[in-house]
Amino acid sequence: MKIIYFSWVRDKTGVGSEEVSLPADVGTVAELMEWLKSKGEGYKQAFADISVIRAAVNQEHVKLDHPVGPGDEVAFFPPVTGG
Amino acid sequence: MIRVQQEDFDFAQEVAHLSAGNKGVGGVCAFSGLVREMAGERSISSMTLEHYPGMTEKALAEIEAEAHDRWSLEKTLIIHRYGRLEPGDQIVLVAASSAHRDAAFDACRFLIDWLKTKAPFWKLEESENGAHWVEAKASDDAAQARWLNADNKE
Repeated sequence: MKIIYFSWVRDKTGVGSEEVSLPADVGTVAELMEWLKSKGEGYKQAFADISVIRAAVNQEHVKLDHPVGPGDEVAFFPPVTGG
Repeated sequence: MIRVQQEDFDFAQEVAHLSAGNKGVGGVCAFSGLVREMAGERSISSMTLEHYPGMTEKALAEIEAEAHDRWSLEKTLIIHRYGRLEPGDQIVLVAASSAHRDAAFDACRFLIDWLKTKAPFWKLEESENGAHWVEAKASDDAAQARWLNADNKE
């Protein structure tokens, strides 16, 4: 699975994008965030308050209970501020 | 038409395309967003826009398609810039042309309201206090919600 981080989420994780192998018990976006927190202090800080994080799966906005699978591209970012 | 680009654009020239060669157009409405020099009390030296290549184009195309579903429009245009901008620089242009003014006015407002909550862009402001990521405004969600509420009333 490819994971991409934007804005301050990336500043905290310290990584722009990465390939990860998904553990079998990770089935949703929320579970993926929980699992990512175990990857290090930066990740822990990035996902400390998941209410301020938005997610996209395969480049579509999704809710946190959306399913994720090995071939997906998942992105994490704060609420958008374009325009 | 949608465009995501680093370079600046010519407002008048872009807007002229919305009616060029089409005598069925009765009105064109356009909005452009600029980098303001002040963010509250802070004086901004630059604003850097980051985006999600691929998803940005997809999201803007969806927003544009939604506008065409809602109103009878001749043409629409969304241009959004990314990269480092300075106060006074243009960030975004949305425009719509139609036979009668209501559709063009409404669609133009809709395009910018939806873009603000759906298009994956993030602004990094630099001021004398350093760099910080701009936070999303509740008023932007409210502006988008107005359109959803209007749908529910119909």
